[in-house]
Amino acid sequence: MKNLMLICWLAALLSACSNNSASEERSIEDQEELHAMSIYHLPSDWKTHEGEQIAFSDLKGQPLVVVMIYTACKTACPRLVADMRQIEEKSALAGARQPRYILVSIDPLNDTPERLKQFANANQMEGDQWLFLQGTTAGVREFANVLAVKYKRIDPIDFSHSNIISVFDQKGVLQYQKEGLGMENDEIISKIVEISGT
Amino acid sequence: MKAVILILALILPLSIHGQHQEMVPVTGGVYTPLYGTSKEQVQVADFFLDAFPVSHAAYLDFVKKNPEWRKSEVKRIFADERYLDFWDADFSFPESLAQSPVNHVSWFAAQAYCECQGKRLPTVDEWEFAAMASENQKDARRDSLFNLAILHSYEKPKTYLMKVGTQSSNVWGIYDLHGMVWEWTLDFNAIILTGESRNYGNTDRGLFCASGALGANDLMNYAAFMRYAMRSSLKARSNLATLGFRCARDMHAEQGQIAIEK
Repeated sequence: MKNLMLICWLAALLSACSNNSASEERSIEDQEELHAMSIYHLPSDWKTHEGEQIAFSDLKGQPLVVVMIYTACKTACPRLVADMRQIEEKSALAGARQPRYILVSIDPLNDTPERLKQFANANQMEGDQWLFLQGTTAGVREFANVLAVKYKRIDPIDFSHSNIISVFDQKGVLQYQKEGLGMENDEIISKIVEISGT
Repeated sequence: MKAVILILALILPLSIHGQHQEMVPVTGGVYTPLYGTSKEQVQVADFFLDAFPVSHAAYLDFVKKNPEWRKSEVKRIFADERYLDFWDADFSFPESLAQSPVNHVSWFAAQAYCECQGKRLPTVDEWEFAAMASENQKDARRDSLFNLAILHSYEKPKTYLMKVGTQSSNVWGIYDLHGMVWEWTLDFNAIILTGESRNYGNTDRGLFCASGALGANDLMNYAAFMRYAMRSSLKARSNLATLGFRCARDMHAEQGQIAIEK
């Protein structure tokens, strides 16, 4: 028993580094094919609004349209969400093969899978093309840094954050970013159609 | 059971001091950051901070043990082309740089280095809190000579060639927070300056929720303003000659979340 506890303790001590290399090893056979700029390299794990564990590498082969939001947001996020819905609708009309539309929460402490699911229902984003993700605090920060999204908690409920919608190709490489609200969506839609193919 | 506790007691201090470099305890407190969450003061919890910036020699140890962070192996999504720009190969840099602060490292690389030692990057608030100390005062921001010395050091060229620990330490026993290199912080991407968005018309409400809540609380502190402006201009995969890092860790385990969330 004593030995067991000691082993556990030592394992915990070493875990910070070995976790990293474990995930490196896990994906080592894929490394050759992965583009150097691919988000599939991200080691972080996420939970979907259905409560399933997922990594970005599980989304391999699909174009992704990604935005970072939080569900308690009353200012910019409803407009960001409206933008996403409009982009989804128009891309589908333009004949794009359906990419995945991903909404990543910048508030993983409050945005549980249950809450994300409610948000999806309330915004009629229930089809398979929609995916809501809860990460860890560190995983969310890392992902935001890949997108160059800035955010800061400004009170217990609210965040200040950049409004950026990003498009990734089938290899997980960032191809396009639309910054700001209430802009024309034509450019991002034609980019999605170009990447997804018809 | 007693034996286990004894072993814990023996290992715990080692895990703090036995790693690459010495950490210094910083007793937290309340301070008003330049760009806060409004005019409010920020509570900084007690934390440990590396006494010195990470050197090229220490970084070499890290890349030897972690192949994915070698100059030839690093994934471009985590570090741009200038990663370890002064190194001529995976394990080789000019001898004279060994004890100088490592530079041309990205945020992802710096964060991975700290994680491998069971540490993390300091938050902006922790860094600024520790960096407002002079040789004999914990908060020397009203000391005009202290501020002037920092501003002068920003004008000196190539301070990244200096050796770590050759300047005098501040009152906490921490060296080289000023006068050598800028340093990465965990939440540098929480720095949102208004006026970055002039391409989008004369209001940036379209870019940032509640951006009106942010503003300068202490414009007199021009040196701090420069640091915040520098941070806000960074991308996480940037590698600059003038940017290095050091690591931090929570003093009390349960405070980790608070430090990061704030």
